[in-house]
Amino acid sequence: MSRKRKMKDTFLQILIWTFSLITVGFLLWMVSYIIFRGISGLNWEFITSEYNLYRGKTGILPMIVGTLLLIAATLIISVPIGVSAAIFLTEYAKQGVLVRIIRFATESLAGIPSIIYGLFGYIFFKGTLKLGFSVASGALTLSIMILPTIVRTTEEALLSVNPGYREGSLALGASRLQTIYKVILPSAIPGILTAVILGMGRVIGESAAVMYTVGSVPKIPAVEQLLTSSVRTLSVHLYVVALEEADFQSAFATATMLMIIIALLNFAANRIGRRLVKEKGIG
Amino acid sequence: MGLKNSMNTKPRKTKIKIRDLNLYYGDFKALNNINMNIYEGEITALIGPSGCGKSTFLKTLNRLNDLIENVKITGSITLDGQEILTNVDVVELRKRVGMVFQKPNPFPMSIYDNVAYGPKIHGVKKKAALDEIVEKSLKSAALWEEVSDRLHKSALGISGGQQQRLCIARTLATEPDIILMDEPTSALDPISNSKIEDLCVKLKQKYTIIMVTHNMQQAGRISDRTAFFLLGDLVEYNTTEKIFSKPEDERTERYITGRFG
Repeated sequence: MSRKRKMKDTFLQILIWTFSLITVGFLLWMVSYIIFRGISGLNWEFITSEYNLYRGKTGILPMIVGTLLLIAATLIISVPIGVSAAIFLTEYAKQGVLVRIIRFATESLAGIPSIIYGLFGYIFFKGTLKLGFSVASGALTLSIMILPTIVRTTEEALLSVNPGYREGSLALGASRLQTIYKVILPSAIPGILTAVILGMGRVIGESAAVMYTVGSVPKIPAVEQLLTSSVRTLSVHLYVVALEEADFQSAFATATMLMIIIALLNFAANRIGRRLVKEKGIG
Repeated sequence: MGLKNSMNTKPRKTKIKIRDLNLYYGDFKALNNINMNIYEGEITALIGPSGCGKSTFLKTLNRLNDLIENVKITGSITLDGQEILTNVDVVELRKRVGMVFQKPNPFPMSIYDNVAYGPKIHGVKKKAALDEIVEKSLKSAALWEEVSDRLHKSALGISGGQQQRLCIARTLATEPDIILMDEPTSALDPISNSKIEDLCVKLKQKYTIIMVTHNMQQAGRISDRTAFFLLGDLVEYNTTEKIFSKPEDERTERYITGRFG
């Protein structure tokens, strides 16, 4: 190889390494700064106690519960709908006008800023449907918001399933539906799990859309009112505590907690995915 | 192309009658006026260069072409006298006409579940019955001894040749009359190849086998009758012996002797 080429090669390598390090560096710097400032406030009491500003209690347990509640409710609504839509688009729909309209709608939904979802949810779910500030309002709103992600990711997963499985199953006399739920869906589970993780990430990260639909009541709801109560999620709490109360120690501690929960949820989802794959012998 | 069929061999029962079969992919005519009889208990080989329509033809026999959009089929195919292109339950048809594909495609489940897949779909629920079917099918496919101790392990963990025999076992489990094979050994090593060829010769005592093959030596080795396809036409169809020693059509002769391919 000529010297000039070798130099260019080396230069390119240095460039790639530099940019990679910058990217990773940023991430590491941000995460460690947050943890550094927040870890001191993150003690057992903080995590497990209630929040009541008047009594000087600053625990984030209600916020943790609120976040998990909202995630669960949103996923329960959006995953069945999203996966079904993806199945329809990949397995049943004739590539024509209808499919193009659906795809256009999905892509458009993906591009709408979350504050608009928040306003829509505020007017329609909270107002028109009279659901008020509640987990229900929030879950419905957020479901629409993460639907495109779920549909798209699931579609990818379904399309990348070995087409031999489909042929083999049909050749044995199975119907389309049987083929889908006996062979194709199980193979696509890792991809669907990815969709779930992405969806969860978006829900956790939302603040504006959540505030306008779920409200920000920092109390654990009663069991009979799980869906109808207003709750506060960790991201909303972060905003309130930092910008309205200027309690930065709480803010950083909350942020650290947020990151820990995200890491735990991703880890759990991956674990479940891997267990499913192993049990079914999916290759 | 007209029906060119020698009746000099011992007369066999006609299992499938194909008459004036034409197939279009949109505007493209993939099969042109095919007429032939497939006889029971024989291995019929379909040979011809790539893209000549033999796989397409094979797939009309179990209506797998239905999956493709824009496909139009005219003509008639009767199985034991019953028309299969229209007015038939496709699920029942596929129970009687099984198919093995070029690339082994075992499902991502255990070996047992793979073989039991077909019977379960068709209503067999009792474990004892399924156990029996699985064992019988694996034995018929000459795979039982190699996998009987790992039935509940993933099917994806066995070798390519074993996977293909598993696919054959899977097909046999629905007790078909006819087995379609689309280049079943082209993705396998020579040893697996000969194992499967031996298997086919054994199977033809109970089943009618139609096999697409790119390997003319294979056709010569194991088939009773051979059909030569070229650009959508059935050029010549006769006993294998005739085709390979005294072909009637010049194009057949040129293909067989490797003048083109």
